[in-house]
Parts: sequence; C-alpha cells; structure tokens
Amino acid sequence: MTDLASTGRRLPDRLDNPLKSAVMSWESLLVLVALGIFIANSFASPYFLNAWSLSDLTFNFAEKGLIALAMALVIITGEIDLSVASIIALASTLMGLALQYGADTPTLVAVGVGVGILCGAFNGWLVTGLKLPSIVVTIGTMSLFRGVAFIILGDQSFKGYPKDFAWFGQGYVWWVISFELVLFLVAAVVFYILLHRTNFGRRVYAIGNNPTAAQFSGVRVDRIKFVLFCLTGLMSGIAAVLLTARLGSTRPSIAQGFELDVITMVVLGGVSILGGAGSIIGVVLAALIIGLVTLGLGLLNVPGIVMSIFTGTLLIVVIALPILWRMMRERRA
Amino acid sequence: MGASVPAYLPNLSTAPCGWSMMASLCLKLPASGAATLWKDRRSNMTEPVLTLSGISKSFPGVRALHDVSLELYAGEVTALIGENGAGKSTLVKILTGIYQPDAGEIRRNGQAIQLPTAHSASEHGITAIHQETVLFDELSVAENIYLGHAPRNRFGMIDWKKMRHEAQLTLDSMAAGIDAGAPLKELGIAKKHLVAVARALSVDAQVVIMDEPTAALSQKEIEDLYVLIELLKEDRKAILFISHKFDEIYRIADRYTVFRDGEMVGKGLIKETPQSDIVRMMVGRSVDQIFPKRETAIGETVLEVSGLSHPTEFHDVSFAVRKGEILGFYGLVGAGRSEVMQAIFGMTRPSSGAMVLDGKTIAPRSPADAVEVGIVYVPEERGKQGVITGEPIFKNVSLPSLGKTSRSGFLRMAEEFSLSRTYTERLDLRASSLSQNVSTLSGGNQQKVVIAKWLATLPKVIILDEPTKGIDIGSKAAVHEFMGELVAQGLSVIMVSSELPEVLGMSDRVVVMREGLVVDTLVNDGLAPETLVRLAAGIVEEQAA
Repeated sequence: MTDLASTGRRLPDRLDNPLKSAVMSWESLLVLVALGIFIANSFASPYFLNAWSLSDLTFNFAEKGLIALAMALVIITGEIDLSVASIIALASTLMGLALQYGADTPTLVAVGVGVGILCGAFNGWLVTGLKLPSIVVTIGTMSLFRGVAFIILGDQSFKGYPKDFAWFGQGYVWWVISFELVLFLVAAVVFYILLHRTNFGRRVYAIGNNPTAAQFSGVRVDRIKFVLFCLTGLMSGIAAVLLTARLGSTRPSIAQGFELDVITMVVLGGVSILGGAGSIIGVVLAALIIGLVTLGLGLLNVPGIVMSIFTGTLLIVVIALPILWRMMRERRA
Repeated sequence: MGASVPAYLPNLSTAPCGWSMMASLCLKLPASGAATLWKDRRSNMTEPVLTLSGISKSFPGVRALHDVSLELYAGEVTALIGENGAGKSTLVKILTGIYQPDAGEIRRNGQAIQLPTAHSASEHGITAIHQETVLFDELSVAENIYLGHAPRNRFGMIDWKKMRHEAQLTLDSMAAGIDAGAPLKELGIAKKHLVAVARALSVDAQVVIMDEPTAALSQKEIEDLYVLIELLKEDRKAILFISHKFDEIYRIADRYTVFRDGEMVGKGLIKETPQSDIVRMMVGRSVDQIFPKRETAIGETVLEVSGLSHPTEFHDVSFAVRKGEILGFYGLVGAGRSEVMQAIFGMTRPSSGAMVLDGKTIAPRSPADAVEVGIVYVPEERGKQGVITGEPIFKNVSLPSLGKTSRSGFLRMAEEFSLSRTYTERLDLRASSLSQNVSTLSGGNQQKVVIAKWLATLPKVIILDEPTKGIDIGSKAAVHEFMGELVAQGLSVIMVSSELPEVLGMSDRVVVMREGLVVDTLVNDGLAPETLVRLAAGIVEEQAA
C-alpha cells in the first residue's frame, strides 16, 4: 500500500492481477465447455476425430459466426438487429436475379455485399434518424426484406451459379482448411482489434453502459450506431454470398431462423443483452461451441429439432450457472 | 447561525427569503398553534417510537454499518448527518426492509420487530420519501397515493371514486394545489415530493424517512416542504431527515445523530449543539465552510450569447462570460437554466439566437461539436448524464480525449492512465485505483471524475450545472476550491446553482432567470440573498397584487 501520509498520493493503475481476472473470466468457462463437448463428442462417435469431420464443423458456424461478430457490437451498444436472416434472403435473391441477367462472379459478390450494406443502412437510418427502437425497426424490416424476396421469387428458386462462385462456400484454401473458416478467423481478428483496441470500440462500450452520459461526453452516439447497423448489414451480405455459394441455389426461405442462432452465439459468448459488456473472444468461442454441438449431434443422427432443444438448454444452463453460483455463495455468507 | 432559536418555531433569522410565502401557506393549515405542539412535545419526550440498537451490516469487502444506534421520537424531526459513504443510505434501506442487518435490534414502541421485506416495513408504519422520488409516472396522483392500500367497495374491487376523493382531500389539506386525477408524469419534482408526503399521510405511517428531500428543490419549494414537515410533526409523526445542508438541519430538526464511516459518533439536541461541533463529528476534523477568496484578473469576453430562444423552454436569453470569470445562474427549478446550458452544449437545438466564442460564431449541433470548440458541460444528473456507470475511472476520464491519447485511432492505455492520473490527482480524487468502477465511488468523487474528464480536454468555457448537489461537505469544498483555480488559470466558468450560499460565495456576476427569461444580471458586490430570491420568484409583483 502507498503511504497515505506522504504528500504525493499516487493512484495505482489497477489493483487486480490481470492474469487472475483472465483465469476467472467467462471466456475461460467457455473454453472448458468447448473442451468438454469436444471430449464427449470423441467418445460418442467414432467418426468425430477425423480431419474432414472437423473441417465440416466450420460450415456449421462460419456464416452465422461472421454475423455474430458484428451483432456483438450492436448488442453491446444496447441495440439489436433481428433482420439479419432476412437481409441474407434479400441479398441472395438479388444475386440470383443478377445471375439471370448474366452477372459474373465479381458482380454477384458485389451485389450480395452491396445489398447487405444498403439494408443495414436502412435499419440504421430508421433507428438513429427517426429515433425508433431497434427491436421494432428490425422486426419490421425482418418481414419487409424477406417479403420482397418472396415477391421476386414466388415459389421459384434461382440455380446455376458459376463454378468459381461456388468456391466461396465450398472451397478449401489448403487441405481441410475451408475458405469460410479462413474468412471467419480473419474477420474475428479484425473485429477483435476494432472492439478492444480502437477508440471506436471504447466508444461502443461507453454507449452500451450509458448512452445519455456518452452523448454528454461528446461521443457521436447516432453516428456510431448507424455504422454498426451498416456493419451487421455488410456481414449479412457476406454471409449471403457464402451461404448461396455453398447451397448453390436461392429460395426465399433461405437462412430462415438464422437471427436466433446468431443472437444465441452472442449471448452465449458473454455479451450482456442489456449492453455494455462482452468480448469478441467470447463470441468466437460460443460460435465454436455451437458448431461442435451441431456436428456432434449430427454425427449421432439426432434430428434438427432435438438439436435446437439442446442449444436452447445449453444457452439457459450456461447463463444460469454463474447466477446460481453467486446465489449459493451469498446464502452461505 | 440560528441555533439559539428552537427549530420548530418559524425562524425569521434563517429564513430571509420566502417568509412571506411560508406565512401565507401556514394560514391554510388546520388551526392548532404552536402551544399545543409545545405541550405534546414535552409529554412525549422520553419514549422513542422507533429504536435501533447495535445495528451492523457488512457487504463483501465493505463494513457499511458497525454497532450503530438511532432513536426517533413522535412529533420530532431527527436529522441523520454524515458524509457520503457514512452509512446513511444503508440504514435507510434497513429501515425500509430492503437490507437485513447482520446484527442488532429494531424496536417499535418498545417491541422488537423484524423488517424482512419492504411490505413489512410499511405494515409497521415506516415510509420513506426518497431523493429521487420512487413513484409511478404512468399512474394518476390518486393511484400513487393509494397504491397497495386502495379503498375497496363491497365487491372487493377498488373504489375509484372514493380513492380519488380522499386523495384530493389529503392533497387539499396540504394546500398542494394538485389534481388527484392528473397523471403523475405531468408533475414536477417538487409536486412529486408532495405526492409522496400525501402517500405518507394516507398510509398512516408513524415513521417518515426523508432522504435528502430538498436536493432537487428550489428555495421556494423547500420553504413549502418545511411547512409540510411542520404538518407531519403536528400529526405526531416521527421524522428521520437526511440532508447535507446545515441551514436546513438547523431550521427544522429537533435532534441529530451523526454517522462517520459506518459508526455512530454523536447524537443530541440541535438547539444545544453549535454547528461547528456537528461538522467536526461528521468529518473527524474541522472544516471551514468559507468559500475560497481569490484574486483574479477578469479579461476579455470569451463567450457571448445573444437572443437565444427555444420554442418552449426559454426566450431571448442574452449574456456574456469573460475570461477568468465565474458567472452564476440563479433561479427556481424550472426557470430554464439547465435548458439554456444544454442548448449551448449542443444537446438541444435553439430556435433562434447567436453564440460567439472568441470572436467566432458557433452553432454546435451536438455535444461533440461543443467539446471541439472548447465548451464543456458538467450535468446536474451525475449518474444519468455525467459518469458512464459500469466503466472504470480512467475510461471515463479519457473518453472525450481519446483523440489525444490514441495513435491513429488505436488505444494507448498507458497514455490514458497518465492523463487520468494527472487530472484526478489535481482534484484529489479518493479511489483505490484508476481501474475502480465509477459506480462504486461516492457522489462527490464521481463529480470529480466528471470534472477531470472535461479538464483533460483543455476547454475554454466550463459549464457546471448544480456542481455540488448532493455531495458531501469535504468534496464540496474541494469542488469550490477547484473552481477558483480554474478561473485563476484563465478559464471561464458558468455555474448554475440553486444553493444561495454557493451562488453568492462563488460568482463574480449573477444572471437571474425566471420562467425562461433572464430577469436581471447583477454584479456580485455584496449582493443580498433576498434580492436574488425576490427576482427569481417574482415576489415583488405578487405582493403588490
């Protein structure tokens, strides 16, 4: 301790040992959960411990994970974007439409990504320009974007995407390392730096913790929120390219229900649904956990509906555990 | 001051302002003069209504209360005094059933009672009026008053007609001038306090806790509250009054109990104890409440505001603040002072008018714009607008200065720590480390964080909105002293304050506002408090009428 009697009272930077707080963090818990599921999987199925099975794993979470990275920032500011799956549907549909007019692969990618950004900007304008609550706005655009896709497509589907386009969703960069996985990891690093190492990220947290005080501290709250909605739009556009390329076709029901999986990843990753807290590492780990669970249950031939029961239960348990633990500790004290 | 006069008698010497208002209100009270009050008080002096003894309460890492005791007497006001963090709020939470004490006993009329829930506290006749009133904005006034104990008809349904009627009777008996059917959200903070008092009267509470009830009120509203407290005393309620303001305590309290660092350090009768003794008990040292004298050369005009108007809040506001000057803004709550400041800071858009800073016309469209040109604002609502609760001290301080501490947009934590340390140490911030969460700091230290945050941006004009509202006496003195230092360094300070001693003690000139208009701008050269109060309340006209 410093000597209080001395004249130069110096405030220390921090008191906690950073290593200790890292060990006690939510992310460490997620690492344990991931390891546990990995071990359980390798006992449960003989096909699990195989390079190609594990490679398949990446397709289970990469597209949703990409959106979850941007969604994490949106949720940290205290907003939400429920329209991401519908952005995929609209972007994919318009890519299909462009294909009918003979677009080549670069144009298709540009259409997908561009539509994503425009949809995100539309959400952002409604939230920051017209001051509407984001949950209402994005429930609205969730129906709107997919509705447009339905009008264009009806009960048809677009097929016949070029071979080099398919590589985005099916290609491998090296051996079992898929393009999707590489893109996800690169995006994770970019988002990690953006959230944890830049002024922008610092302001995102400030907005989430107290939007009014952030505004009063000279943070351009609306501008940052607008950028974040554009970012989820962008990531949804990229996910639309990957998913369309992987499936090789577009139906209006594409990516139905994705938004809930994305939000599950974000919340499981330790991002507070009330805003202000969370980390990219947590979201990446949560994406991996959901991928592991989906693959493991898939290898055991468990039907999809049971999988969603399992993910839902996992979400509730992982979130309830620390709260129960704290309650028990308080009761003992 | 005023200690020689019994506190329950209207004290002319401590009420230079608004005595005429108070008298006019007194006339509306039921006629039972001071004589009966006196007699009642004598007969019941000995037996406390509520006794707390040996109360202790700890939280992980913090000993909030240790072996404290407190007695409350019927028909008397007991002041609970202590710096922020002394344990007053913890005690209030124990009394209202929100916290359970680790040890100790609560006795009501001699019988031991337990207060496991908020509901049980109200069943034992204990009710609280909080600093920021805990009422329901979307309900009507009558519903707020009768929430949880609404009168029922013979079918067991709420008797709305009766409820509204009785609520109106209670409000009228207080001369509140509130319609019981009005939605609560339409009332100002002072009227909401009146509703809370009416609620206390309606539940037939025997113990009324007032937790800094005057913090958000103007002088006139405070006078009205005093009258209500007299009414409650007459009704034989035992009142626990928590306040930072000594003039209030000496004005209305009969007894005092002083807490320091979670322990009871003194109690007694107000009229037998000089103020300096209580201050010494409170801080454990003697503190001069004198405002720092300073010699500053006042220079050129820095910020000139002319004809600033807003569609609803203020009209044609003009003033200028000069280099090295403290410009005080005095007025009743709702006079539009904060609204003018927030328009200058870019939070709201004025409908017309001009602002010139250092010879250049400015029109900030957001706080970020205002900060860029060198105008900063320390808001009144510290918790909501001032500090980013949930974030550590250094992140709060560096937030507006990230452009300076970072390199091409990337954070440099070492720079942030050194910036925060420089400015928080200048303000003598009390904290365990720069990574301590600001929400765990006392109000006074939070205020220091907000001020440090702005000083780090090297502003030209700093606007302080009620800078010492609800903070303890030690921090208050530190803030005042610091304001003196700021102007000495050539900053211009605009200080919005409803505390007369502060306005008179600190300002070079005072702008008085009333109902959105600037009434007058006065040079503070032995300015009389009465002058300001009259101007702010528009009393001259009222008396002539």
